[in-house]
Order: sequence, then C-alpha cells, then structure tokens
Amino acid sequence: MRPFVYERPTSVSTAIAMASRPDAVHVPPTGADTQFIVGGTNLADYMKLGVARPERLLDLNTLAEPALRQIRIDDDKIRFGALVRMGEAADNNDVRRRCPVLADSLKFAASGQLRNMASLGGNVLQRTRCEYFREISWPCNKREPGSGCAAMEGSNRQHAVLGTSDACIATYHGDFAQALVALDATVDVEGPRGRRTLTFAKLHKRPGETPDIETDLAADELITAIEVPLAQWSSRSRYLKIRDRESYAFALASAAVALDMDGETVRSARIALGGVATVPWRAREAEDVLQGKVLDEATAQEAAEAAFADARPREHNAFKIPLGKRTLVRALLETRDMKG
Amino acid sequence: MSDAKISSGLSRRMFMTASVSAAAVMPLVNSPTRAAQPASAKPAEPRDLSAVSMRINKQTYNLALDNRTSLLDALRDHVGLTGTKKGCDHGQCGACTVLIDGKRVLSCLSFAVMNQGREITTVEGLASADGDLHPVQQAFVDHDAFQCGYCTPGQIMSAIGCINEGHAGSEDDIREYMSGNLCRCAAYPNIVAAIVQARDETRRA
Repeated sequence: MRPFVYERPTSVSTAIAMASRPDAVHVPPTGADTQFIVGGTNLADYMKLGVARPERLLDLNTLAEPALRQIRIDDDKIRFGALVRMGEAADNNDVRRRCPVLADSLKFAASGQLRNMASLGGNVLQRTRCEYFREISWPCNKREPGSGCAAMEGSNRQHAVLGTSDACIATYHGDFAQALVALDATVDVEGPRGRRTLTFAKLHKRPGETPDIETDLAADELITAIEVPLAQWSSRSRYLKIRDRESYAFALASAAVALDMDGETVRSARIALGGVATVPWRAREAEDVLQGKVLDEATAQEAAEAAFADARPREHNAFKIPLGKRTLVRALLETRDMKG
Repeated sequence: MSDAKISSGLSRRMFMTASVSAAAVMPLVNSPTRAAQPASAKPAEPRDLSAVSMRINKQTYNLALDNRTSLLDALRDHVGLTGTKKGCDHGQCGACTVLIDGKRVLSCLSFAVMNQGREITTVEGLASADGDLHPVQQAFVDHDAFQCGYCTPGQIMSAIGCINEGHAGSEDDIREYMSGNLCRCAAYPNIVAAIVQARDETRRA
C-alpha cells in the first residue's frame, strides 16, 4: 500500500478546502491524490490491492455537522445524512414502513459488520467488483485508461449486459442505489464551487469511452445528503435480490420495484435493475409498458422483455438475461400483492 | 499471520508493559510521531507515524503507528492480542470481527488511526476477571459450535453484535445476520444453536 497522510477535518467546508485543487474538475475522484474516507469498506480494500493509491486520506468521521448523521422523515420525503451507516438506515422502522424497498435494499447488502461501517454516501460510490479491475496485473480501462479490457474475452459471468461499452462491461454491484434511482432520489453535493443538487440518475456515468470516469462528482466534491421523495408508490415497494448463495453475496440479478396501483391497474411503476448493468439502472421502457395496464403475469413478462431488449451478453453472462427477466417478473407480482 | 515480531527487539511482554502505561507515546519508535491534526507546524509526510490512543478491553493503549496499519494488525502485532484472527484481510470472511463502541465491525478494513478515542472489545475482553466465560462463549462450548476454531473469535464477536442489535429473533434471522462470518468447517447448525441459547440467556439476564 502506498503510504498516505491521514487527516481529520472537522467540518464539511474544511474537508472540501483540504481536498480542493485547481485541476479538480479534470481528475476523476477515484484517481485523486486526496480521498475522503468514512467506513473504508471499499476504499481500504482497494488500497490493499493497490487499485486505489491515495497519498492523503481525509477522515470524515470527525465532521461536526449533526445533519450528516441524521435520518429525517417528513410526510413527503426521507432525508439521509451522508454519514448515516447502512445498518442504521436498514433498521429504521419508519424507513421500512414508509418505503420498504429502501430498507430491504440495505438489509440484503453486504453483512452486518460491513453495514455497521459503511456510510450511505460512500455506499452509493462503491466501485465495481470486476475481477480484472481488482487485480492490478490485468489490463483494465477503468483502472488504467487505454490498457484494454481483460473481461471482454475473460471470465465474464459476473459482468453487465446493460449499459456496457466496447471499453468496459464491469457491473455496478450496489443495491441501495437501485432503490434510489427507481424512486427519483436526489443527492446534495458540496464543493469549493458551491452547493448543488443532482438527480440520483445523474450521479453515475455509463462507461462509454471513459470507464475511469465513474460519477458526475469532482474530486473535491462531497455528498452531504441523499433525499428520497415519498409518494403513492413508496409503501408498495420491494427489493428482490437473486444471488449465488442466499446471503452475503452480490446480486446476479435484482429488481427494485415501486407501484402506484388503481385496483389492479398500474397508475405508475418505478423499476430499477441491479447486478446486470454498469450503473444503477432505471428500466423506463418496462415502466412505460405497465402504465395503465392490469398487472398480471403476461404484462409483467412484457415489461421484462422491454427491460432487456437492448441487453448485450458476453460469453459467460448470457444467463443474466433470462434470470433478470424472471427476477423482474417475480418482483412485480410480489409488489402488486403487497398492501399499498 | 504468524505472531508479531516487534521490530525494536523487545519482547512482547515488555512491549505490552510499555504500551499499557500512561506514557503519551510508546518509547519504541525511532521516527518522530505526530498527532494527526490538519494544523501543524511541519506539513505531514505520508511516512510519518501517527499517535493514536484507544481503549482496548477497558485498558488505554497509546500507539504510534504507520497510517497504513489496520486495526487488526494493530491489535495482533502491536498490542499482542492475537485472539482476533486474520482470514481474508479483505472484509469477506468475518474472522477479524471486533466491537467498536459496542458495534460489530471488521478490523481488517478499519485503519487503526481512524479509531482515536474509540472503545474496542476483542474476544480477550469477554470473560470476567475470575474466568467466567461470556454467555456467547459458553454457548459455543456447550453446543460444540466449532471445529478448527479459527473463525470462532469472529463468530463470537459477531454473535454478540447480532444479539445486541436485536437480529437474533429467529433461526432464519440468525442465519441472515450472521452471514458475514464464514466457517469453512461448516459448523453453522451448531453456531446457530449456540446463538439461540446465548440470546435466551441474555434476555433472561
């Protein structure tokens, strides 16, 4: 591991000032010399592997602002401070009651220990588990731009079928992000150039030609809060996660679903797919199929076909297409059968 | 993964005596140490050692550590508490589980320097002074909840966390919330039985 300076900023503005650099807008945060750390569950791992090589860590656990550690629930929204731990949010009874898909996407992620460590702000920024990204001896366009992609012709069972490019097929493995992108969440970001709010769907970038640029954030910007609007569909919502083993594994396929129903007819559907795409994946085509229709096995299947119409499999991951469709169909029907 | 060699050549006993003492910084390092503070006369260098003070099993330890040292390595190699085990060292197996401020976490993914002022509990801190085992330890013995035993300290610490969190309500819950602790001997059924017993005893207490 590269030696690093360790520092403890005491406020958001200090942390940003310490991370600020003139060329911050040109360096992807993941490649910046100065990086923020909270739980360290992703960053410490990647530092041990030599994938992340910061020369300075700013420990955000010493930030004083109380709102960073609070979950605030109003009639029309839930606001999570960025330092709230996954476990605390998953165990919050009001979050579960008002919006089960949020609680379940956290409960079925990682392990009890990791959920006690990992912050929500850090969790949404977790980096891919692509085996070729993780091992520095392989070519990887995400880790080493221009070096190539060993996954294309390698062992790519875990890899994405949606949102891929010729440069990268690495899966975005997070679960919470699927609920957030489905529910039109927003992210509050602070940086030396001011404060901004972006829709969660804009936070992550598809790999395209530049898979090293993973998010819309600059290296000196900090997520301070995540806000989820509550609406008719929030309480009738569900996260279904399919894995190689029943617990403590990344999704092979998952679906975050929220439904606003008028009897048996779908007024509005919110759908995101995990384990199958390069970024948190909103399946708007599937939502459009369901709008105004009676939700039954046939229409759920139609929605699933639409969701995967543009899927592009590689040698070992073609199974994710039928698996992803079946996961979505089951999630839709189970969500339909929940009490609204 | 073998027992720690202390670079100064002092024995572990001497080392521990030094580190448990009230001295501000252990006398075992020849590089200058600094408190990890943003404001300082001389800019921090990546290779500087950082002073970190934490309570481990109710004793205060003042350590001077390379920032790269994980809490796991600090416990095993610097403090001499080798009950906490190193399995994967990447947050995948749970063998290194300890409690920080009462919550179960993975010590391999926590930089030691990030634990300034925290209260750490390891498996060595569970039994009472007169040798009575913690209810979870006793339950693991009663149910033969291990074979090789390497994962056991992590299982026990995680089980304590699981029970305290209220996640040991049913056997299904126990399996779900203990899934971060792998046992390659597959003693899982006995581990679940042990946690059920310990949960019931904890509730009665």
